[in-house]
Amino acid sequence: MGTAELPGLGTTMARGGEGPAPVRIVVGYGFWIFLLSDIIMFSALFASYAVLSGQTAGGPSGRELFELRHVGVETLCLLFSSYTCGLGLLAIGRRQLRGFYLAFAITFVLGATFLGLEISEFVGMVTRGAGPSRSAFLSAFFSLVGLHGAHVTAGLLWLSFMVAQTAARGPRDFVRRRLLCFSLFWHALDIIWVALLTLVYLMGAR
Amino acid sequence: MGKLSWSAIPFDQPIPMAASLLITVGVFAVLGLVTWKGWWPYLWREWLTSVDHKRIGVMYVLLALVLLLRGFIDAIMMRSQLAIAAGGAQGYLPPEHYDQIFSAHGTIMIFFMAMPFLVGLMNFVVPLQLGVRDVAFPVLNAISFWLTASGALLVNVSLVVGEFARTGWLAYPPLSELQFSPGVGVDYYLWSLEISGIGTLLAGINMVTTILKLRAPGMTYMRMPVFCWTSLCSSMLIVAAFPVLTATFGMLLLDRYAGMHFFTNDGGGNFMMYINLIWIWGHPEVYILALPAFGIFSEVIATFAGKQLFGYRSMVLATLAICVLSFMVWLHHFFTMGAGADVNAVFGIMSMIIAIPTGVKLFNWLFTLYQGRIRFEVPVLWAIGFMVTFAIGGMTGVLQAVPPADFVLHNSLFLVAHFHNVIIGAVLFGAMAGYYYWFPKAFGFTLDRRLGMVSFWCWLVGFYLAFMPLYALGLLGMTRRMQHYADVTWQPYLIVAEAGAVVILCGIAATIAQLVVSIRTREQRRDATGDPWNGRTLEWSTTSPPPSYNFAVLPQVDSLDAFWVMKQRGPVAPPEHYQSIEVPRNSPNGFVTAFFAVVTGFALIWHIWWMAIVGLACAVLTLLVFGWVERHEDEISGEQLADAERARLRVVTPP
Amino acid sequence: MCSLRHINYCRRVLRSTGFAALIAICRVDASRGAGVLDPQGPIAGAERLILLNATAIMLVVVVPVIVLTLAFAWWYRASNKRATYSPDWSYSGHIELVVWSIPAMVVILLAAVAWTSSHELDPPRKLKSDVKPVRIEVVSLDWKWLFIYPDQEVAAVNELVVPIGTPVEFMLTSATVMNAFFVPQLGSQIYTMPGMTTRLNLMADTAGDFPGLSSNFSGDGFSDMRFVVHAVSEAEFASWLARTHGTGPLLNAKAYAQLARTGNAALQTYRSVDPMLFEHIVQTSAQPLAAPLPED
Repeated sequence: MGTAELPGLGTTMARGGEGPAPVRIVVGYGFWIFLLSDIIMFSALFASYAVLSGQTAGGPSGRELFELRHVGVETLCLLFSSYTCGLGLLAIGRRQLRGFYLAFAITFVLGATFLGLEISEFVGMVTRGAGPSRSAFLSAFFSLVGLHGAHVTAGLLWLSFMVAQTAARGPRDFVRRRLLCFSLFWHALDIIWVALLTLVYLMGAR
Repeated sequence: MGKLSWSAIPFDQPIPMAASLLITVGVFAVLGLVTWKGWWPYLWREWLTSVDHKRIGVMYVLLALVLLLRGFIDAIMMRSQLAIAAGGAQGYLPPEHYDQIFSAHGTIMIFFMAMPFLVGLMNFVVPLQLGVRDVAFPVLNAISFWLTASGALLVNVSLVVGEFARTGWLAYPPLSELQFSPGVGVDYYLWSLEISGIGTLLAGINMVTTILKLRAPGMTYMRMPVFCWTSLCSSMLIVAAFPVLTATFGMLLLDRYAGMHFFTNDGGGNFMMYINLIWIWGHPEVYILALPAFGIFSEVIATFAGKQLFGYRSMVLATLAICVLSFMVWLHHFFTMGAGADVNAVFGIMSMIIAIPTGVKLFNWLFTLYQGRIRFEVPVLWAIGFMVTFAIGGMTGVLQAVPPADFVLHNSLFLVAHFHNVIIGAVLFGAMAGYYYWFPKAFGFTLDRRLGMVSFWCWLVGFYLAFMPLYALGLLGMTRRMQHYADVTWQPYLIVAEAGAVVILCGIAATIAQLVVSIRTREQRRDATGDPWNGRTLEWSTTSPPPSYNFAVLPQVDSLDAFWVMKQRGPVAPPEHYQSIEVPRNSPNGFVTAFFAVVTGFALIWHIWWMAIVGLACAVLTLLVFGWVERHEDEISGEQLADAERARLRVVTPP
Repeated sequence: MCSLRHINYCRRVLRSTGFAALIAICRVDASRGAGVLDPQGPIAGAERLILLNATAIMLVVVVPVIVLTLAFAWWYRASNKRATYSPDWSYSGHIELVVWSIPAMVVILLAAVAWTSSHELDPPRKLKSDVKPVRIEVVSLDWKWLFIYPDQEVAAVNELVVPIGTPVEFMLTSATVMNAFFVPQLGSQIYTMPGMTTRLNLMADTAGDFPGLSSNFSGDGFSDMRFVVHAVSEAEFASWLARTHGTGPLLNAKAYAQLARTGNAALQTYRSVDPMLFEHIVQTSAQPLAAPLPED
């Protein structure tokens, strides 16, 4: 007996009276709440960065260290990977497995490129004596950008796992739910990167 | 093995050594008993791998009760020390040890007693009150519990191997930085709280999703029990506040492990930022604790007054207001940092504003009692005790919200008395009320009433004896965290406080005795009907204990106090045919993840890098393995449900 | 079921414990003369007034609430058949209005007190007085207090001598970790923090010895971070200064390093102080601690 058939329930739907939501919605909603909490964690680090961005302790500042061209390429990689991730989701929705694998492979490559560029930026800074223990500004920079990079790394691991699981189990319900969560995660990382780009690199390089 | 060596065990200090021996012997005795009796298969199958919210809730509460003992032993050691360390006397606890004790006391009581107690009660009760079968993510729920238990384990390991933090329960830098705290104590503190913090955050996400997306058909937001509203708001606060704690502790860990400069004295670090961040978490934390307790009192007072809660809408509004406002008051914890008159005044006024919805709640409970027919069961005593005690504690809070008043009271024993006043008065009293109230639902028999009364009176009298003198001492100029003091005129107050602690000890002993006696004589107090208190909400419509699936058919809700209305309407014909339902299978995921979390945490604390990497890799692998394996569910057929329901309907009310 | 006698007994126990507590608190005022309720200066006096006024305002609401709670609990007990029972009455607009208004009005009143007093008693705000203020630089160390008189060029450890009726302007810092400078009978406390300076203004009205302490935990020796404030007449202050100029070592970098070594310290005065010492401490406490000096 569906809830829609019960008398008087139509009016209660708008106020949350339609009974337990289906699994797909519950999973997506829960994951959204998790993403919000993750964004709050990033906010705490953004706040620290804002407070400490001027504390260079006599060492190098953002203006001396940031290479905007490098960062621009990273940005393009990440933003485009979000696009291909979206394409992959659409493909799996239409059960076009080959399209899905292709889209996610490109997503992986772009994500890995982003990560590689970021690591090379970090290594470059450390070898120049501008490592995270040099000053409070650098501690905040490395932690904030590094936390984002750690999330990207986890995302790439998750991506590989999901591709393998899709190959093994096919586009079943639970697999598609997880792919939905993954794409939410990947897009959220994009949003955080845009904030990072603006507040750290663009404002710091002036 | 990193920094770990045999010198980590306190062979040369008699008191810690005695405590370590006691704990180690105790733990091995329990493990030995379980092995000898052959209980491991049962424990593994029914409890350790359970994903049932009811089982997990019980385990949380058990964890809380055990840690209550540990935290209270710390408290009574502190009281005894201060009762004798007057004038030139040094007492029996040297500063290095005393400092660990007060740090451990605060950490354990907040993170591993109060939080698990309330999260456990929320876990057990909320799905039942919402008329659904479980929380949104049962396996995640198990992982959350086991991560919390891991944190509790690590804190207690610090007693045997190494030392604990000597910085107070919030570990302010610069004192908690490597420069001034080079030992492993602060690392034990940070890692155990990072690990359990993840557990708590996941539990918060789970509860928010459950309350917002999983309710019985017809249960609109304004038909939810008040306990569910307060659990929702508390869980939203967890989701919003705990990431800040994770980030802040993460930054302190980076300072200590990677030589970074977030809060150090040198390199441009700013420890004032730590204090701001930690209290941005810290103030919502106290409301995370207080809101579910308020919810428990709403349920208890309405049930035992036989009357609908007064001003439901206003209670919901007040709860939401407290939820939002709790993020706007954090600076009142450090008025004396010198932020300036404008900033101090604004935060002071915001702190007073939050007293308005709190006061409204108190009045609403008062008017629920008014023209009710109050049955003086044990939970009602806790509720009345709470109302009186919290009124006093709230008053001393608003007093300190006036910045110049705080200038002379900050960090004194007046402050200590205030926060114990509100935390014991609201959170502990609420937890004890909830424990007694819902115990029969969980286990099928009520707790012994007389010992419950004894426990209450000991706690009430003991609390006043222990903490009223502290208000006086704060006004006399005694500050907190002192290991000894010069002014002998303070000693009589501290002796009275010690007497109070002893009376509370009797209260705790009575609670333990109550459990033992109740189990022994449980047949005399069987709860056959599932509704021992003439309750108003849906959890009382199930058997005691409920079946694993809670409800064979999800109840149809069309009003507030759904069960009360069902009882007024009288019997309803059962359905002819039951649809089969699926229940999630057990999973060792939580237990195994927690095991590796403990290994990783311990390894990081002692700088055993290879073990840390292995532990972390195994934890990630656990996640992947359990993610890979397909989760099957158990099916309960319609016929099985019909049989169970026939048996149930013979005994419950309404039939 | 709780009988009437039982309930009466319970109420009496509660009341007597509560009253005993209240009496204990009140007696503090009449006691040996110490603490926050025994102000010896205008700041402390103003703060005590705020404490008493705010408490009185709140008691107007809190006492009736407590009385009503106990009264309702007793009158509406199930065994009292005379009491009205209204099981379905759960809303009243009038009561809601009153219930939101009472706390709101109390809060508005206290908010006004908070705003004005926060500004009047802001620690860096200088006291109104015709008398020329005495400036004191305060350094909290592990675990003792150093008081430098920059204008008089002397210093003292764990002992603070000030003339009565004279505003004292404190500039405070910490050499190591956070502490808090607090003399309960003179009023406001303030944090001392490494790498920065906080400001505090106090005054002693009457002569006497007032205990001082650190009210922010700073490590193992924290409990002994006590000092005494000697409030003395102008003449006695002048003679103390003269005496101090005559004896005791120089407080230069080497003597300071000696003093800064971890541990508590005995009373000590210095006949002369390096004028750049305080600034130097503020700047360099942002550096890692030097290794302890070898025994000289």
